[in-house]
Amino acid sequence: MSATIFEKGTGGVSGRYIPENDFPEERIDDLISRSGEVGLPRIGQQDLIRHYVELASKNYHIDKGMYPLGSCTMKYNPVVNEEIARLDGFTGLHPAQDEEDVQGALELIYNLESALCEITGMSAFSLQPVAGAHGELTGMMIARDYFRGRGEDRNVVIVPDSAHGTNPASVVICGFTPKTIPSNDKGLIDPEILEKEVNEKTAVFMLTLPNTLGLFEKEIARIIEIVHRAGALVYMDGANMNALLGLVRPGSIGIDIMHVNLHKTFATPHGGGGPGSGPVGVREHLVDFLPVPRVVREGGGFAFDHVSEKSIGKVHSWYGNFNVFVKAYAYICACGASGLRAVSENAIINANYLMSRIGKWYDIKYPGPCMHEFVASGRNLKAHGVRTTDVAKRLLDYGLHAPTVYFPLIVEEALMIEPVETEKRETLDHFASVMERISIEARENPQILHDAPVTTPVRRLDEAAAARNPDLCWAGPAGGPE
Amino acid sequence: MSFIQNTDSDREEMLRATGVSSFEQLLSPVDPALRVKGDLKLGRPMSETEVRSHVGAMASRNRPAGSLASFLGGGIYDRFIPATVRYVLSRSEFYTSYTPYQAEVSQGTLQAIYEYQTMIARLTAMDAANASMYDAATSLAEAMFMACSIKRSDRILVPAALSTRVRAVLESYAAGRRIRIEEVPWTDEGTMDLGRAEELFSEKASALVMANPNYFGMIEDAARISDLAHSKGALLVALVDPVSLALLSPPGEYGADIAVGEGQSLGIPQSFGGPLLGFMAARQEYIRKCPGRLISATTDIDGKRGYVMTLQTREQHIRREKATSNICSNEGLCALSAAVYLSTMGEDGFREVARQSAAKSHALYRLLSGVEGCVMPFGDNFFQEFVVRMPGSSESFLSQARAEGILGGIPLSGDYPLLGGDAILVAVTEKRTRAEIEKYGDIAAGKGGGR
Repeated sequence: MSATIFEKGTGGVSGRYIPENDFPEERIDDLISRSGEVGLPRIGQQDLIRHYVELASKNYHIDKGMYPLGSCTMKYNPVVNEEIARLDGFTGLHPAQDEEDVQGALELIYNLESALCEITGMSAFSLQPVAGAHGELTGMMIARDYFRGRGEDRNVVIVPDSAHGTNPASVVICGFTPKTIPSNDKGLIDPEILEKEVNEKTAVFMLTLPNTLGLFEKEIARIIEIVHRAGALVYMDGANMNALLGLVRPGSIGIDIMHVNLHKTFATPHGGGGPGSGPVGVREHLVDFLPVPRVVREGGGFAFDHVSEKSIGKVHSWYGNFNVFVKAYAYICACGASGLRAVSENAIINANYLMSRIGKWYDIKYPGPCMHEFVASGRNLKAHGVRTTDVAKRLLDYGLHAPTVYFPLIVEEALMIEPVETEKRETLDHFASVMERISIEARENPQILHDAPVTTPVRRLDEAAAARNPDLCWAGPAGGPE
Repeated sequence: MSFIQNTDSDREEMLRATGVSSFEQLLSPVDPALRVKGDLKLGRPMSETEVRSHVGAMASRNRPAGSLASFLGGGIYDRFIPATVRYVLSRSEFYTSYTPYQAEVSQGTLQAIYEYQTMIARLTAMDAANASMYDAATSLAEAMFMACSIKRSDRILVPAALSTRVRAVLESYAAGRRIRIEEVPWTDEGTMDLGRAEELFSEKASALVMANPNYFGMIEDAARISDLAHSKGALLVALVDPVSLALLSPPGEYGADIAVGEGQSLGIPQSFGGPLLGFMAARQEYIRKCPGRLISATTDIDGKRGYVMTLQTREQHIRREKATSNICSNEGLCALSAAVYLSTMGEDGFREVARQSAAKSHALYRLLSGVEGCVMPFGDNFFQEFVVRMPGSSESFLSQARAEGILGGIPLSGDYPLLGGDAILVAVTEKRTRAEIEKYGDIAAGKGGGR
């Protein structure tokens, strides 16, 4: 346990960071209406740095080891991109500056949008959404306004049961009603069921491709045709785009709206929970609905176009997470066309290799070639009283991170594993051998798994107590007189 | 530059171990008709050197506000950022970690966010804060949803003196649920017209939104506005500037129900407007209606203190369509920036930032008061930002200032025609020097260029 910064920062002295006020004569006391202190720490710089380095030491992270979280695409984040993104020419820009002074930034946005169009086959992108779920929401707004504009009263969005939780949640915010359809026994969308469900009330069919089981929807062409025939749109959650680079372009096969996650497919870091970026792409008939402003070429340079009558408006105060664009753009430049294709090829090879190794010890409900990820199940360990949670916690003891667990919901005791393309074969072998050892432990000495983890900074935490009586805020004193 | 480490022979062996003879076999579920023919038109891979010079050249084609004397605000400010922030943020233990799903190996992120939540709760004097939102605009939109669900009415009142960008985001979020947003105009002092607000309450509204300071920089009579909202059975949602809270009465003191705001001022670079940091704090009774991540302290099975994500049954990955919000990835690293910034500056340093911003903006205000033709329509009850009409056109003032290395302000008249004439919004942070402020005054007085 680390003491909080408030405990460490009680009664200390902060450093001096800004110069003396050069307007000492200016009286502002009349403005002050706060009655007391804020309650911020007072701590010297050395102890402050020690505090955060101590906290850092308690984190697992991609630079430490493999991070096989399914649908999260935890790939290596190139360090040069961090350096480039920190250039003052990017970080020092105010978003209300004159267009003349931000030509480089506009060019970068324009180029990144163009590259995303080329990669996905969509006609245009908006970089404004700052997360995948934000992209979904933006996509749903586009669909909503598209149908309202056509005077069509369509209020249902069909979502497969394997979908990410954000999908139905985004649908509801836009005033649509989600309708869940079951996957078939192969883990895929059943076109027959879909055919029965779509009608004149269907606005959108929302799917993830490859789906969250890591499977490519074999019947995708037929699925899209069924949806289009009913006059509805197809939305693709592009969280799993790491499987399709240079192989399949969603826009070219009829997807109407999609988002990509720059913080997954395009190697920008996750930051412990953001900032991300979830650009939304659309095909020609929906371009006018994209958020404003849009970056356009004008004369010899670039400009903002703030006007579009059909636009859904804005989803962010400014233009989205610009600093994330810089890193994603640098990544796309580094990879080039051939490199991006190699990303997906290697992601797919790694996933299939790992599945074949792990499948010897764990149940694979949907065998056969997977794309960039696969879902194993810990259900065969239940006979020994071991749950998937136990496997996950034991992995932590071996110095590895756990896969995504208990998702997708349609696989019992799910372990959703995405090895990504940047991991070397030896790393996958090591992960597989640890998974094997854990399955043996589960049979021979399950108590080890129930007790796990024992090597981590803390052991299993009481989540139930936290939910019953949340402690969201340090109550002790801070500051104290200097 | 490739970041793939496997060699051709690795791949061959792996394919063999998988039981296939070629990569193409793994793609058998994909109908060949759907495949990309040939290469994407993206050009060849670049080396690290080429990437650096290609993207670096774009950076150098910008003229960043950070290197000029910037008086631009409107929600994004040029502030001092201590070196500790970049140092801590550069630690890959923080920036390359994922959302803390495995709490036992994410205690660093979890504790840092818990401390961030505490700082925001203290700044706003609210009971609790969440782990971050995208930006002020989306925080306010989520607060709107919360209020509408708590008060069961799809109508809210917002100030006319609100950022048009924030307003636009509210509109696009509101459209799906057909929430009606109505505007409370400003008075001659540039603050909320309480008489009009009272009239607008003749029909039920779930919330009254107050921006304090408002978009014109003016300080509102928060206590009276709060009383009005509550007397009409509505929630008070306060949109606040975090730096102002070192000096101004915080939302908790005047009874706000939900407080939201933009945290960019707390150690986050301007970065052309993103990433930003939306914050949200609420009264205890509304915490379970909050969107987003919440971190709680708890204990492990040995009784040791630790931290977990909590109240996850509000969230999309558990509740799906019944979740309070769809938010998943948020702005975790920006929340860390804010925590490091606030703990570095500390109680006294943070207050000094606020004091200097106020002092310097008031100094510029006084200077401009003495310039013939400069009109400040709303008086001096502002925190760090105010509206001014320049003698002559604001466009010619702004372009002359820009030529002399000063970014003079944000033009307002296009978005707020009611302001009349050629108004601009001027922000002065603690970073501006006496020399820069005096030069600003000189240019306004038509004496620029000579110094």
